[in-house]
Amino acid sequence: MATSKPSKRRAPPAVRRSAGPPVRLVQLRYLAHARSGDKGDTANVGLIALEPEFYPVLVKQVTRQRVARHFRGMAKAVERFELPNLNALNFLLHGALDGGGTISLKTDAQGKVYSTALLRMEIPVPADIARRVVKPR
Amino acid sequence: MTQRTVRVAAGQGFWGDWLEAPVRQVQGGPIDYLMLDYLAEVTMSIMQKQKSRDPKLGYARDFVPLMERILPDVAAKGIRVTSNAGGVNPRACAEAVREVARNLGLSRKVRIALVTGDDILPRLDQLLAGGHELQDMDTGRPLSTIRAQVLSANAYLGMAPIVEALRGGAHVVITGRVTDTGLTLGPLFHEFGWDRNDWDKVAAGTVAGHIIECGAQASGGNLLKGWRQVKGLANPGFPVVEARADGSFVVTKHPGTGGVVSVASVSEQLVYEMGDPHSYITPDGIADFTSIRLTQAGRDRVRVSGIKGRERTDKLKVSIAYFYGYKAVGTLVYSWPEAYDKARAADRILRQRLADLGLEYEQILTEFVGVDATHGPLSGPPAPDIPEVQLRIGVRARDKAPVERFTREIAPLVLTGPPSVTGFAGGRPEVQEVVAYWPALIDRTEIEPGVRVEILDP
Repeated sequence: MATSKPSKRRAPPAVRRSAGPPVRLVQLRYLAHARSGDKGDTANVGLIALEPEFYPVLVKQVTRQRVARHFRGMAKAVERFELPNLNALNFLLHGALDGGGTISLKTDAQGKVYSTALLRMEIPVPADIARRVVKPR
Repeated sequence: MTQRTVRVAAGQGFWGDWLEAPVRQVQGGPIDYLMLDYLAEVTMSIMQKQKSRDPKLGYARDFVPLMERILPDVAAKGIRVTSNAGGVNPRACAEAVREVARNLGLSRKVRIALVTGDDILPRLDQLLAGGHELQDMDTGRPLSTIRAQVLSANAYLGMAPIVEALRGGAHVVITGRVTDTGLTLGPLFHEFGWDRNDWDKVAAGTVAGHIIECGAQASGGNLLKGWRQVKGLANPGFPVVEARADGSFVVTKHPGTGGVVSVASVSEQLVYEMGDPHSYITPDGIADFTSIRLTQAGRDRVRVSGIKGRERTDKLKVSIAYFYGYKAVGTLVYSWPEAYDKARAADRILRQRLADLGLEYEQILTEFVGVDATHGPLSGPPAPDIPEVQLRIGVRARDKAPVERFTREIAPLVLTGPPSVTGFAGGRPEVQEVVAYWPALIDRTEIEPGVRVEILDP
């Protein structure tokens, strides 16, 4: 399976917590792919790990709360579901589509690019995984 | 011993999908069934409008010329077609297709069936009087609050009438509102003789249907992972399911077509428009998407197995469309230098003019294409030397007059607003009628006794 490797990336800053191995902040874009759609005024974003080994990190770090904070002002409420069989998480972003469907005035009335909006989010990732997805400076 | 397989091909993912796809599915490799979905959420309301003007209309008219193109191959190869192109007039659609078959000399070889009983608009008031509130599933509001604005009301039927039609010898099955998954489930249950109460088989067929119901979106279209490496999308291969009697199946596409069928492409389609993955509810049963196992089984072949399901509910979903109001969207393009500032200044001026005129709207929404139309505040500020920004502003109101007046406030900005503006040659934006979707539930005992399958005489 081909994985897209973006060409220019700075190594993200190391975030050292008081205990435990070093972690780095990495954008979800380098750890997962995604597809989004709509159910009424709700956008759903399916987030799929690019490699199976990344899935436990996604489960631990892409929490419902973090996603709700990421989409603050854009969604009224967020739900999260796990699909370990697909190395995926599913998020429901309620009230995100200005009424959705035919009612909505948005360019993205059907929520088709909430997928990439979620991939902008950064999460702390063990340094050894960060090194795999990001070229060192 | 080779296991028997049944091949179900997706002909299109929505009404308006690539016209060549169903033709290439029929001509590009062996298939047993071709399924075609024509009904989005509010499509029925458009069709009801057409039928009220002309009783011979009310179905997806594109379906007829498509049948004209593919019926010779369908007849020669023994392919069968399932589709919800019937809309609110399956009979008229079926008769139009029969006319095509007659003109092609195929009316004895291609038997056409229609399915009715999904349309509850004629007895809506009876149902409401009988205590069926048809509450909006999202808000809980009873339908009575908007009864006067209702334009169409159809229950989602499942696979049962399709199985009955196929059993009766039909080669083309034309339905009204049926779930997309039902169009795939019907053929599988008919061919394998599965028990309707075998919930794991129902779930397997449901998942197969979900994978192919959006056409090429499972086979390389709209694929985010590795999109640059996807080849040949000028000739996209729409997906084909090779189903087996044990409920497992392979997703593939015809050789020599573009796109890709991979664990990634199938996974992206599986999560599309998904709610709670444990409970994907259909009229025929409930599928657990967390039980699905995907394995790449060769180039452009993904095996799908292990699917589990649960008993169907006692309710059917009803799709109701109702008149909501009006909306319009206008756009103008502002160029460098200072494109974003000019576009924002224009937006402020336009909003001031609307307010000064005393015009009231339920919603005024401004987006700047090139800046924030896709990701909103997550995009951050644009580069200062951005070449151009499209101001896109939309309004929505219950009344037509303020929306109509808004459409006349776009062009004046060209001569009376900020400079370096273009992209207005399309003319005044049009006022659109907004028809909204009201999903509700009804006891299946109210619907199922009225479902009819009729096989037309040749």
